[in-house]
Formats: sequence, structure tokens, C-alpha cells
Amino acid sequence: MLKGKVHKYGANVDTDVIIPARYLNLSEPAELAEHCMEDIDAEFLSRVEPGDIMVATTNFGCGSSREHAPLAIKASGISCIIAKSFARIFFRNAINIGLPLLECEEAVDNIETGDLVEVDLAKGSIKNLNSGRVFTAKPYPDFMAELIAAGGLIEHTKKRLGVK
Amino acid sequence: MTLIEKILAAHTARKKVSPGEFANIRVDLILANDITAPIAIREFQRIGVGKVFDPAKIVMVADHFVPNKDIISAEQAKLMRDFCSRREIRHFDVGQMGIEHVLLPEQGLVLPGDVVIGADSHTCTYGALGAFATGMGSTDIAAAMATGDIWMKVPATIKLVYHGTLGKWVGGKDLILYTIGSIGVDGALYAAMEFSGEAIDALSMDGRFTMANMAIEAGAKAGIFRVDDKTLDYVKSRAKRPYTVYEADDDAEYASVIEYDVSAIEPQVALPHSPANTRPVSQVSDVAIDQAVIGSCTNGRLEDLRLAARVLKGRKVHPRVRCIVLPGTQQVYLDALKEGLIEIFIRAGAAVSTPTCGPCLGGHMGVLAEGERCVSTTNRNFVGRMGSPKSEVYLANPAVAAASAVTGRITSPEEILIKPKATKSKGL
Repeated sequence: MLKGKVHKYGANVDTDVIIPARYLNLSEPAELAEHCMEDIDAEFLSRVEPGDIMVATTNFGCGSSREHAPLAIKASGISCIIAKSFARIFFRNAINIGLPLLECEEAVDNIETGDLVEVDLAKGSIKNLNSGRVFTAKPYPDFMAELIAAGGLIEHTKKRLGVK
Repeated sequence: MTLIEKILAAHTARKKVSPGEFANIRVDLILANDITAPIAIREFQRIGVGKVFDPAKIVMVADHFVPNKDIISAEQAKLMRDFCSRREIRHFDVGQMGIEHVLLPEQGLVLPGDVVIGADSHTCTYGALGAFATGMGSTDIAAAMATGDIWMKVPATIKLVYHGTLGKWVGGKDLILYTIGSIGVDGALYAAMEFSGEAIDALSMDGRFTMANMAIEAGAKAGIFRVDDKTLDYVKSRAKRPYTVYEADDDAEYASVIEYDVSAIEPQVALPHSPANTRPVSQVSDVAIDQAVIGSCTNGRLEDLRLAARVLKGRKVHPRVRCIVLPGTQQVYLDALKEGLIEIFIRAGAAVSTPTCGPCLGGHMGVLAEGERCVSTTNRNFVGRMGSPKSEVYLANPAVAAASAVTGRITSPEEILIKPKATKSKGL
């Protein structure tokens, strides 16, 4: 069960604002996290606390394929992202590195910045603790559920190849 | 099946694939660059298999922050170089390297019918060759380097049909900006875009690379063109291995078919801060600029430089403007030099750089200060893309960028009364 306060954004949040390219010579998640969202929300880093939840409308994570973007978000303390839709490369990058994503239009329309939200990943349920309303995210296809259960793509690949 | 589905099915153990299905797809080529390779290498080492599945099917290109812009970038480039050297992986470094998506087709490393995955979102460029090519993250590349395949959801295909004849100064960049302006930055989310119609048949290979390159800016997984005589002409002198040309079935099912009549469209400009924020160039001509960038994986090919040179010949870059020209590869640079284009740029007062992605992503070689505006032939104009989060980027084709460099404001080449010359080799 994940629980945290919400940081909400609009449509088409691109990977250049999640982690500007001027920091792409870094690859350590903790170093990347120091610059997470700084071009779109300069206060984000001072507000975010471990376990917090990011919410956005459509096409979150569009643009570059930089895995630095979900790595930075995850290392900043964000426990999961809820959006109406995700850009496809960001989606697979997040799943691959074990940052949970949930797609749920209704939840996004009924959650605001600062709300306290509880997420049950196994059930896909999202509860806004401020309003008491509960929403259900789109379930993952079987293959992706398997990938998530394995702990991400690297662990899944190890299993496939029989590497310990 | 559509063209995309035919290629994907041929790279699985199945006879048929359908949109929405998950499949492990065998890959013909895996790509990473100096920004994405370091994470891919770290994740590959975590898998613990020791060796890559096939070193001949992996290519790494040092192009983003190379020639090294600072010590940290130098360390990243070194890490990639050492990894490739230990494992006999093909690696393009300073002196041979070019911008990856201009370089790989030019070197014959991508061929029709291939499945290519690259840790760079503009990997979709190779769709111009009738290949299925898509951008992924570093961890995907790490897994594929170990196994030789990758998980994928089969995308639905959106067919885009372009009718009519393109006007003067209108090319691939304008068609793709026009399309993104029409369907939006998520208009093809999770889908593949198949480009067709008589305007596409008439388009050069360089123009097709430009269009496929920006499929990602509409959210697409891939952009693709059917293989025709132009493709085969391009490929035949370059291919060093066999390849397969696939065709869509007559009963292929498309998610949607979108038709445009493009005879009357003007050169397009995408205003800040979205590639979908497009206008005809005539509607944005009061915008003063500080910089013009001509190059990138979108528009750094020979035809692009010819267009820019046609505009800049005998003219001077506006005293307030920094005009930076970046040939996409060493070969493009050399060809441009032989044709006299480089001299035209230098005499006009433009700076000509060795190939690099540099300014496109605010890395180096032309980073913007607060309040500055740049007209650029690149692919993204997001907040902070080329430097300060308070700078602005206007996307356009090479002729518009060159004309704007001359006047100091966004300008149609028509406006400065250019008469295109008949011959290409000496006439520029």
C-alpha cells in the first residue's frame, strides 16, 4: 500500500522538463533527482517527501527516451504516478525500472495538489483520503503484470536466461 | 496485416500478429549513444551474462555531448568506448561519428524489413527505409543486448495519405509539422504512422527521413514508408547484407486513415513550446530571433544543407543573429564541402560545426540564454530544450531557418526573393 500527498501537473509533461538535458551527463539516480522537475516546478524538490504521488493529465513523459526521467522521479521519493495517459517510451521505462504507473481518468479529475492519496497496486485502487472517493485504475495486461512481479526487466531477463 | 505487422510477425515465431498483442521480437540492430549507453551498460552488467548476444548487431555512437563538452561527459563517452572495445562492438567516435540517425542509414547499417531498437527516441527515423524502428530506454537496450529480442506491444497503424504536389520551399519537415499540428503531440500515441500518397512518392529520401524522424513527436511508436525505387536506389550501394522488402496486405486493417491535400500548404513553423503549435510561416513573420540552427537528426542531411545554402548564397547572416550549421555526418560534411556549400555558409557569416546533437538538446555548441529565441531545424521546442527554461525555440525547415538568419526574424524564403538555381553542383 502506497500513501502520500499529491503533486499534480497538466498535459504533455515532457522528459526535458522532468530532467533537463544539461544534466544528462549524470547517470546516478540520486544526482538526477536533485534536478527533477526544476524547469516546470522549481519548488518541487523542497515540497516532495518520500512516498508522495505524482498525478498528471494526458501524455505524461513525452519526448526523449531518456530513462533518466523515471529514474529521477523515483529517486526524488515519488512512489507512483497516476495519469490519464502516458507517452509510450516513458511507460515502458518506468515499468522496466520498477516505478509504478496507473492510468485512471476519473482519479485524475478528482485529485488535486496537496490531497492525501492511498494506492493499492495489487488491486489498482486509488483512494483520495481528503474526499473519501475511491477509483480503479486500468488493470495491467498479463505480460506487464509478470514483468512488474519479477521486479522489473533486468530481474525478468535474469530469470528468462536462468542467471542467478 | 499492415506493413508494420508484417515486419514484426517475421521477427517472431508466429505467422501473424495483431495490434495490442504482446510479443518478443527479434532485433536486427541495437543502438545506444553517449547519453543512454552508460545506463544501458550498467544495467547489462547487472544481468550478469558476461557477453552480448551478437556484437555485430550492436552499434554505439558518440554524438550527443561529443566532442566531449566537459569532464563528466568525457567520462561517459570513455565508459561507452571501453565497453565497445572490450566486446568488439562497432563504435563511432570523433572523426568517424555523425549524428546517429543520419549516420546509420548512410553506412548501410539499417536496411528495409529490419527491426531496430535504439536508446534514443528518434530511432524511428529508419522507418524511411521501410524498417520497423523504435526508441526505447536504456534498460530495454540492456536486456536486448543480452537476449537478442525485446518485449513489445504490437502497435495499431494509422495510415496518413498526402495528396497533391508540394509547393516551393515545402518539404518533409513541413509535412510532418503540419501533421503533428493537425493530430497533436499524442495524436498517434502507441500507434505506428504509415506515410503514403503521391506527395510522399515524390518526396526525396532525405525528406522521408525527416518525416519518420518526427513520428515520435506525435507520440508514435514508429513511422514507416513503403519501399519504392527511391528506397532501393538509396540502399543498393550501401547494403552489405541481404534484406527483405515487405508489403502491406490488401486487406490490412488500419486504426484510421487520415487524408490531406498538401498542394496549398506553406512552410510550417512550430511555435514554443510544442511541436504541435504550428502556423504557416507567413503568420509568424514578426518574431525576432537571436540564433538559427541548421542541422540535427531531423535536418542535417545533404539536401537540407543545399536548401540552406541556396538561401544564404551571396547574403549575410543578420548582425544580431548567430547562425550555426551542423552537417549530420562526416560524409555529409565532405559532400557539402565539395559542392561549395561550406564556403557559402562561412562567407555568409555562419559557424560550421563538426557533427553533433549539441544544441538541439541544450548540450553544447549553441545553448540559449534567458530571453533568447532560436529558429531551429531540430525536432523539439519544449521548455528549456535548447538552454534556459526562459528561452524559446521555433521549429522550421532549413530554408526558413536560413532566410530567418538573414533577416533576423522568422521569414519565408519567398520573402527574400530567392530564385532557385537549376544545377546543384556548381549553381549554388
